[in-house]
Amino acid sequence: MPMSVLVAVLVALSLAGFYMGRSRALDAAGGRMANLHSVPGYYGFYAAIWAGLPALLVIVVWSAFGGAVVNALVWSSLPADAVQGLSPSQQSLLMTNILNVAGGNAGAAETSPVVRAAAEYHQHLRGIGRWALAALAFSLAVGGLWYARSRITPSLRARNQVERVVQALLIMCSLVAILTTVGIVMSLLFEAIRFFGRVSPVEFLFGLHWSPQTAIRADQVGSSGAFGAVPLFAGTILISLIAMLVAVPVGLLAAVYMAEYAPPRVRATVKPVLEILAGIPTVVYGFFAALTMAPLIRDAGQAVGLNVASESALAAGVVMGIMIIPFVSSLSDDVINAVPQSLRDGAYGLGATRSETIKQVVLPAALPGIVGAVLLAVSRAIGETMIVVMAAGLAANLTANPLAAVTTVTVQIATLLVGDQEFDSAKTLSAFGLGLVLFTVTLCLNVIALRVVQKYREKYD
Amino acid sequence: MVAQTQIQARADARPQGGVAPAVKMEARGVKVFYGAKQALKGIDLDVRDRQVTALIGPSGCGKSTFLRCLNRMNDTIDIARVEGLMTLDGQDIYDRSIDVVQLRARVGMVFQKPNPFPKSIYDNVSYGPKIHGLAAGKDEMDEVVEKSLQRAGLWNEVKDRLREPGTGLSGGQQQRLCIARAIAVSPEVILMDEPCSALDPIATAHIEELIDELRANYTIVIVTHNMQQAARVSQRTAFFHLGEMVEVGDTEEIFTNPHDERTQGYITGRYG
Ligand SMILES: Nc1ncnc2c1ncn2[C@@H]1O[C@H](COP(=O)(O)OP(=O)(O)OP(=O)(O)O)[C@@H](O)[C@H]1O
Ligand SMILES: [Mg+2]
Repeated sequence: MPMSVLVAVLVALSLAGFYMGRSRALDAAGGRMANLHSVPGYYGFYAAIWAGLPALLVIVVWSAFGGAVVNALVWSSLPADAVQGLSPSQQSLLMTNILNVAGGNAGAAETSPVVRAAAEYHQHLRGIGRWALAALAFSLAVGGLWYARSRITPSLRARNQVERVVQALLIMCSLVAILTTVGIVMSLLFEAIRFFGRVSPVEFLFGLHWSPQTAIRADQVGSSGAFGAVPLFAGTILISLIAMLVAVPVGLLAAVYMAEYAPPRVRATVKPVLEILAGIPTVVYGFFAALTMAPLIRDAGQAVGLNVASESALAAGVVMGIMIIPFVSSLSDDVINAVPQSLRDGAYGLGATRSETIKQVVLPAALPGIVGAVLLAVSRAIGETMIVVMAAGLAANLTANPLAAVTTVTVQIATLLVGDQEFDSAKTLSAFGLGLVLFTVTLCLNVIALRVVQKYREKYD
Repeated sequence: MVAQTQIQARADARPQGGVAPAVKMEARGVKVFYGAKQALKGIDLDVRDRQVTALIGPSGCGKSTFLRCLNRMNDTIDIARVEGLMTLDGQDIYDRSIDVVQLRARVGMVFQKPNPFPKSIYDNVSYGPKIHGLAAGKDEMDEVVEKSLQRAGLWNEVKDRLREPGTGLSGGQQQRLCIARAIAVSPEVILMDEPCSALDPIATAHIEELIDELRANYTIVIVTHNMQQAARVSQRTAFFHLGEMVEVGDTEEIFTNPHDERTQGYITGRYG
């Protein structure tokens, strides 16, 4: 029986359970809801949960582990001489072969009889498994239904039990998010530890030379690999700095205009338009940076006699700043709006002008929130990749000159891992080292930003 | 001691029976709309110079709205529209030639809810004098701050913590801070919207004393829900009801012999 039919049957049983539970509760109460502990619907859900949940759990467990069990059985059924003396990679190759044949994906011609027999055994086991699963799930569902039916009395605390199940469901959903994060951090951490086994953290964090090419052949020249990440950090900081120099003043002033000066109708159109800027994919900003901004800056530089690289930190930084403007302006606009009107009234009531009120009362009151917004924007800038790839180049120069080409941590991570790579060279592993640093820095920034914003909230709510 | 003789001296200087004091502010046919809703339906009221005028009336009758007209605070509400004539020293305050910033420096306001700035206590009080350039140098500013806090009856409580944030004070202290902030600019008219609603009886008595003292130099309009307070501090009382001004007269007259039965009903507590 295919899985979809089984699930459909379970859904039908749960539905039946719902109606059965509800009507049974009403019957048991003699048709008077007041005699029931919970609203009749809860008895319905109670029965539906008993019908559906245990069977569903069995299906989930089988989906997770059933394949492995079958594989193990098939493996142990292989004749001893077919397995003897195989290296682990040969073993996994053999297993893959068997699975391919069992799945009907391989030409029968080139398969050995051993493999074919194993594949047949595999199919046989899977068939049994499927039927056993269906039978087990079905009987669990019916049994659950029967059990729930026998339990339903007017005094059954159906609401509390249903709520407990729902709560468990909610906890599971939030666990998924948390566990994913933990998993990401773990994988980052383990790979980074492998990397630091080859390159010392001190060299990585303080070395001034970045050239991750390692020799493939022993006689290759100049490709010993140098993993001093300082030029990357410097490049990241330089570009982020330029971006913030663009985004913070423009974003903040735009927010002040929107929150304090703009008539409601202007605000109602300008704010969404600004927020559309935030929805443009960064690749598109990258085009803009590489095709419009970079040549513009180069030409302007040449006009005044400066030597500007065609890929410059300035172009990438400015465009990144433009990208971040809506981020800063939208968040700042929110915090400025959250400053209570009574504070403005207080200042106006003393004869303060509008600009005095904004500069001396509103902005100081909103400052913590604005700082939070800026910190979030910084972590956004540090994490940005695409614009830099397209506009700032890949050259790991250690320079503070905004007209030179630089590269950033994120860009290096992307280029290190693009294409077919062996995951045990120092070159690819260095990406995880960089990722770990990036993660740590942005995490700290975000934590600080959230702290600051929270502190601000406490004051006015 | 000194304060007492001062009050005495001022009481003597007050115009004696018969001679009506000059009119400081004047309202003629003032109507206020919030969007389509009319909150004031044509108010005629004189605010006399160096007197305390009390505005009383049930909640939502438009007392705060009227008060806010007197220094054009309604300008900050987008949907509010004001009609009618309103003068300060005979000059139309809604005239185009009037600078609303200067107007508010002359007609100061204490709000219904305390709203100290998130700055230090000192900066709260010095803010007004600073933006209007009223104090030359730090010593003079210190003096203004101390005097204002003293008059608001807050000095003894905060003199050792002037650098702490004003928002850290208790509700009643915050309200007195706002009063100190308002009188630090030495406005000609002070509008007070229920200044004592957050205060305990002692602080209230103190503020009432202050109002009595300020009356010598300033014109005061006060909104209050407390009948005794209106009777104690004001010389004139105006009764508002549903956006209209029902009755205005000498406080004594209003409280002992009101003409309108709505006024009578309100002050004797039959409704409100
Ligand atoms: N900003 C505003 N927007 C819309 N309507 C308002 C606004 N402020 C006041 N109103 C309305 O105007 C009327 C008068 O309000 P106002 O605040 O002047 O009353 P009040 O007499 O001061 O009452 P209270 O004694 O409760 O302070 C009320 O009906 C109120 O709902
Ligand atoms: Mg009011």
